Amino acid sequence: MSQRVPVVEKITKANDRIAALNRALLDSHGVFGLNLLASPGAGKTSLIEATLPRLRGRLRVGVVEGDLATSLDAERAAAAGAPPVQLTPRGACHLDAAMVHDALPRLPLAELDLLIVENVGNLICPASFALGTHADVLVASTPEGDDKPYKYPSMYGRVDALVINKIDLLPHLDFDMERFRRGVAVLSPDAVAFPLSCRTGEGLDAWIAWLAARTRPKRGAG
Amino acid sequence: MHELAITQGILDLVAEHAAAAGAARVTAIDIVVGEMSGFLPDSIQFYWDELSEGTVARGATLRFRRVPLRLACADCGSLFPPGDGRFDCSACGSPRVRVAQGRELRVESIDVEETA
Repeated sequence: MSQRVPVVEKITKANDRIAALNRALLDSHGVFGLNLLASPGAGKTSLIEATLPRLRGRLRVGVVEGDLATSLDAERAAAAGAPPVQLTPRGACHLDAAMVHDALPRLPLAELDLLIVENVGNLICPASFALGTHADVLVASTPEGDDKPYKYPSMYGRVDALVINKIDLLPHLDFDMERFRRGVAVLSPDAVAFPLSCRTGEGLDAWIAWLAARTRPKRGAG
Repeated sequence: MHELAITQGILDLVAEHAAAAGAARVTAIDIVVGEMSGFLPDSIQFYWDELSEGTVARGATLRFRRVPLRLACADCGSLFPPGDGRFDCSACGSPRVRVAQGRELRVESIDVEETA
C-alpha cells in the first residue's frame, strides 16, 4: 500500500540551516558579511583591491577567497591590506554555507567589522546557495553586455547591491545602461546600483559610502 | 555540477520525511523546479541514480513539475513569459513588472510504502 506524505520544504534546507548558523556567528561578533558574486573577469578581486585601501583606518576587513583563480587573488588581497582566508573549492562551481562555516573560525571575527566572501566566478551555480552573509553583491561589468540580467535571471534575481564595473570603457561599447538597469529592476527591485570603474576610481565613493553605512565599526579601527 | 549538491539536498529531505512517516521504502518523489532556480531536472535525475543507491529511496521515481518564469504587469495585470532579451509587458508594454513565478525549488511530497 502506497501512501502520499506531504513534504513542502525547500531543497536548499540543509544549506540554509548552515547559512543561518553563519549569520548568527557574524551577528554575535557584529560583523557585516558580503557575498561577492560575478562572472570570471568582471572585477571581483579588483573591487576588493580598490575597496580595502579606502576603508583602511575606518573599518577592519576580512576576506574569504573562494574563487578558483585562488593564489593570485589571495596575494592581491593581502597586498591590499587584508590577509585572506583561502578556500580552495577544487572543481567546485560555487561556495556553499558549509565551506564558509569551515572558514569562519580561521578569521579573527572579534577584530573585524566587515567580511568579504569572494565567491566562485560563475553566474549560475552560486545563485542557489546562501552563505549566511548579509548582502549579495553582484559585480557586473560593461564588456559583458547589457543583456546579462535577461540571460541570468536567477543570479540577477537575488541581488542586494549591484556594482557595474568598467564604466570607463562605455565610450567603446554598445552597452545600453538603461536596458541593463531595467532588467535588474524587474528581478531585484530593491537592489542599489553603483556604476564605477575600479581602474580609474570613478564612482567608488558611492560604493564605499554604502558599505560604510551598513557596517558599524566596533571600535576605533587601527 | 551544482545539481549534485541539490540532489543530495533532495535525498536528505526525503530520508528525513520517510523516517518520520515510518516508511520502509520511498517509491516516488514530487519535485517542483522553477525556471529561475537554475536547476536542470535531467542533471538531478543523473545524480539521483547514483546517490539514492543503498538508501530508503533507491529506485524512486522523480516526478518533476517545472514552473516556467512568468512576469506580472503592475499596470494591466497581464501574466506573461519574458520576451527575448526584454521584460516589458507583452500586452501593454509597461516596464512596471515583477517576477510572479519561477523561483520555486522544493520537494512537494513523497509516496511511501509502510513495509518493504
